[in-house]
Amino acid sequence: MTAIATSRRRTALTRNRLPRYAPWASLAVGLVVGAALSTLVGFNFFGWGVFSAIIYTIVYVSWSGAVEGGRKARDKFATCLVVGAFIVVVLPLFSVIWTVLEGGIKGLLTPGFLGTSMNGVSGIQDNESVNTGSRVLGGIYHAIVGTLLITLWATIISVPVGLLTSVYLVEYGQGSRLAKAITLFVDVMTGIPSIVAGLFAAALFATIFGPGTETGFVAAVALTVLMIPVVVRSSEEMLRIVPNELREAAYALGVRKWRTILKVVIPTAISGIASGVTLAIARVIGETAPILLTAGFATKINYNVFSDWMASLPTYIYFQILNPTSPSNPDPSIQRAWGAALVLIIFVMILNLVARLVARIFAPKTGR
Amino acid sequence: MTRTVHETARATKGRDLTATETKTPESPGRLRALSSRQGAAGDKVFSGAALAAGAIILVVLVAVAVFLVVQAMPALLAPQSQIANGEGFWPYIFPLVVGTIIAAAIALLIATPISIGVALFISHYAPRRLSQILGYIIDLLAAIPSVIFGAWGISFLAPALVPGYTWLSSALGWIPIFAGPPSATGKTLLTASIVLAVMVIPIITSVCREIFLQTPKLHEEAALALGATRWEMIRMAVLPFARPGIISAVMLGLGRALGETMAVALVLSSGPLIASLLQSGNQTIAAEIALNFPEASGLSLNTLIAAGLVLFIVTLAVNLLARWVISRHKEFSGAN
Repeated sequence: MTAIATSRRRTALTRNRLPRYAPWASLAVGLVVGAALSTLVGFNFFGWGVFSAIIYTIVYVSWSGAVEGGRKARDKFATCLVVGAFIVVVLPLFSVIWTVLEGGIKGLLTPGFLGTSMNGVSGIQDNESVNTGSRVLGGIYHAIVGTLLITLWATIISVPVGLLTSVYLVEYGQGSRLAKAITLFVDVMTGIPSIVAGLFAAALFATIFGPGTETGFVAAVALTVLMIPVVVRSSEEMLRIVPNELREAAYALGVRKWRTILKVVIPTAISGIASGVTLAIARVIGETAPILLTAGFATKINYNVFSDWMASLPTYIYFQILNPTSPSNPDPSIQRAWGAALVLIIFVMILNLVARLVARIFAPKTGR
Repeated sequence: MTRTVHETARATKGRDLTATETKTPESPGRLRALSSRQGAAGDKVFSGAALAAGAIILVVLVAVAVFLVVQAMPALLAPQSQIANGEGFWPYIFPLVVGTIIAAAIALLIATPISIGVALFISHYAPRRLSQILGYIIDLLAAIPSVIFGAWGISFLAPALVPGYTWLSSALGWIPIFAGPPSATGKTLLTASIVLAVMVIPIITSVCREIFLQTPKLHEEAALALGATRWEMIRMAVLPFARPGIISAVMLGLGRALGETMAVALVLSSGPLIASLLQSGNQTIAAEIALNFPEASGLSLNTLIAAGLVLFIVTLAVNLLARWVISRHKEFSGAN
């Protein structure tokens, strides 16, 4: 064994290579020196991690430079940077999720949080719950109702329009000037900032019905502006990958074009379209700015999208944090906000999972 | 938004759609029904509906522009002494535009290198099984609503950054952007920019990864066969191929960062335009609208809508620029 190992070390191929324990040795040096350095400036785990990573990179790369030469050293340096970038990203993103879970679970587990609204909950109740330690009153039922209704109406409007538009782009308008204009406009719409969509809906309804028209439906129109381009883009992509042979086979059998589209093209692409629509819903369900400008600020349950203000989960979170119900004791409001944030994240995650499952389960079967 | 399209395409593309052919053998009776004469009207109705839907999109976008302009006009035409407490519209909007651009620029400065690194890690460094899971996680993170990032920024990040700001202002205080005294709450433009960066990283990453994965395998293998190290292979084969795609991904992130409202509205303690990023102050257009809209009426409402129009034009310019960059390189890359 040792004879083989020594002879292998001497061959030309392995001559200028770092020993296999090099990364671990560098890591150990990095951790020790990093701990020492971070103790000098005041120890915490974050500082230790940062210093260790920097020392590790320096030791490992310069060792490699001394033994293996500049090219290998640069390669190792790039690897360190890439892995470092990944770690740098993972930390804040997990911190976000951790913060929401940590703050949200308490709010979510408060009895009545999901089933009650904020109707009648004012600073007095919040002060009392802080002073006496009783449970925090008030919940998000009205916001859940509002979010679901507004998103439902936005979906009802934008899915037919978006789907028909993509059918036009793929089946009817191939290469025509109108199709090109629509493609360009859809791209432009994709880039509309969400707050501008909200301003548009507010301005539209203010012009038609007079200023101050703030209902759930106005918010749904604002979300439609954001949702249509997503639906068009994803359905168009899906319809385009339906093989032309299927259409031609249908035409050859004498089937009319509209029936071909309805019975052959769309059923083939339906899994992709459905998953695209679900992702579009997941995207608009968390939009805050447009609803903030269009649906007002409600604390009561409202099932009617055509009249009166309506709450939604994102605006609920926003208002609870920015204007706590009891300005002197913001803690109950913060707790409710995190509870709502957790519910909202759960909604979004479920929609994303559903989109993936739909794409997988309803995908066209391959073979028998 | 491109993300969504990619995602769904990825979900379905792998499967052989032609296989449906075997699944839909039409029985003769059904065929006769399908091809019967009564379908003629249906053809017209259906193509008409499709055309109408397409036209609606054109109408909607024109309507967005028209209504914004109509509602913004009073603010632009009224005597300037009545706008924004006698400031006049342009002096009012200028600091907001500068603040918006600075916040977005810093966010991209942070996010771009990190996103490219993460995308490379997922596409070329991580083991295959791990990279699939990571790609999935990144997609999920891109879907987290912005208000949650804002809440995280105000409750966790801002206080956590205060020691860093204190150190920065004492060590580098002679540079105007790090001038002290630093904000005690950490609610500064730099914090807002970092939150924006965290928000756009998943977006830029998922587009970049998609493009890195499309690099022709033969180019990569040729580079490796010539003795290139992995980093040299990436520099020679992957990055040149992906450059227009990276640019368009960054532009997509820029559009998002420019128009992002909630994170800034929650995190930033706003004020007049100042050079220092460590003190509270500065404001962006979107956050200004969100904070003032609920109480606005009359001419101040028109002013906010005019501000929205300016934001619309800025993001429109960015998007058209991105499209132009992509179309210039379209033939050579996988970025279309």
